[in-house]
Amino acid sequence: MNDGWITEGVAAVTAEPDRIAELFPAAGRAVGREPVDPDGDPLGLVHGTLDDRAREELVAALLAALPPEDAARELGDLYRYGDDAERRGVVRGLSAADPDAEPIVNAGLDLVADALRTNDPRLVAAALGPFGARHLDQHAWRHGVLKVLFMGIPLEAIADVDRRRDDELTRMAAGLVAERRAASRDIRDDMSRLAGGGVQTTADRTPALDHTTTAHDPEQED
Amino acid sequence: MRIFDPHIHMTSRTTNDYTAMYDAGVRAVVEPSFWLGQPRTNVGSFADYFDALIGWERFRAAQYGIRHHATIGLNPKEANDPRCREVLDLLPRYLGKDGVVAVGETGYDSMTAAEDEAFAAQLELADRFGLPALVHTPHRDKAAGTIRTLDVVRESGLAPERVVVDHLNEMTVRAVAESGCWMGFSIYPDTKMDERRFVAILQEYGTERMLANSAADWGHSDPLKTRATAEAMLEAGFTLDDVDVVLWQNPVAFYGQSGRLNLDTVPGFEADAADVAFAAAGATFEGNSVLRGVRA
Repeated sequence: MNDGWITEGVAAVTAEPDRIAELFPAAGRAVGREPVDPDGDPLGLVHGTLDDRAREELVAALLAALPPEDAARELGDLYRYGDDAERRGVVRGLSAADPDAEPIVNAGLDLVADALRTNDPRLVAAALGPFGARHLDQHAWRHGVLKVLFMGIPLEAIADVDRRRDDELTRMAAGLVAERRAASRDIRDDMSRLAGGGVQTTADRTPALDHTTTAHDPEQED
Repeated sequence: MRIFDPHIHMTSRTTNDYTAMYDAGVRAVVEPSFWLGQPRTNVGSFADYFDALIGWERFRAAQYGIRHHATIGLNPKEANDPRCREVLDLLPRYLGKDGVVAVGETGYDSMTAAEDEAFAAQLELADRFGLPALVHTPHRDKAAGTIRTLDVVRESGLAPERVVVDHLNEMTVRAVAESGCWMGFSIYPDTKMDERRFVAILQEYGTERMLANSAADWGHSDPLKTRATAEAMLEAGFTLDDVDVVLWQNPVAFYGQSGRLNLDTVPGFEADAADVAFAAAGATFEGNSVLRGVRA
């Protein structure tokens, strides 16, 4: 990784916070876009990518350099005008936010809500990182977790899942498992784990109708 | 034969076009931001359009084995609407992005004071972001518009080799050739320029700094005109190397000045073109695969 670029970027944002608007889109070109753990996490869903890491540091510098209201506004602009990687960088960077800085938390929750409405797996995974785990209300968090199961994102991508899981989530996950079993679709270990275990797994499923059911996948929004 | 279409509005084209382009040899395109036919009335419309150019359309092209890049700018036609002029303030947010390889289309439509201002401001942005500029020349009063364009480029201080002046014809090519700017030709079924006339221009001026594009969009146009141009060159006695210079090396050299071209083969497309369409099946953009019905 090009640590020199990150160090310089952090210094630039600290001295002149507006510079983050130029540095954010350039991060991938400067430090690369490979996953941090290419073998264990080839899509960067759990540990992110090299440019995710760089942008997290830039966001942390921004949060330290500006009063909360101004930082919240800039983060909103970075997200609104960001491409997929930049949006992920903003959301991941929120994990450095002071939990008591109300303007940041409020703005961050709006961004996390937007991220959870997308179908971009890396952005959804980022939305359920430490910031989401700390601040999402229980209803929104549960729906986010269910979406993760739908999208095939590993459960490890979700921060604090064992602390926040509750009976209602277990019920929802069990419903998902039942629905997929009825449709002869595969049931991953993550689903069984959240549903409380003891359910049919991929190895047991009947594959017969898989093709026709996937053609009507509700997550495939044409 | 490998082809780089340096100016095509894929947003207005179908997936059949992408397939036909790939089969014809097109492996890379640049999509300039431009007018959409229906005038926009606010800045938010532009932001969504720019997002689509750097997001969805790039993804869609890759599903068909084609590398997609964009130019970002406020076009001259809409620069005249005060409700759209604030787009100029939005441009810096987009000019730093991956795959944005030039500022544009900028230039003149009706040659108004508002167009003057937007054009000069965007040439300054090109300089600031280290990008080349794609300059549109007007349909009406083209010769005068081209001369005025070259004056503005000269005054901007942007090096002529970082500027392409597009939509040229027999009446405007000489002035641009002498200016040191790159020369763009939109090869259309009827208007502007056809492939035979373009070949005659190449015979007179040579292949250096020459770019041929289809400029295909929502109007009467043909995304395979780059291929037709290549064939017309061969018929007229140009070599395959000459064709490669005009239809690949030149656009690579011009837009390569941005440092942001990605010409790597799209993963899964090395092999036979017949495998093409489904190579990247399974990938989605925000949940949409483009390839309806084939995703497992």
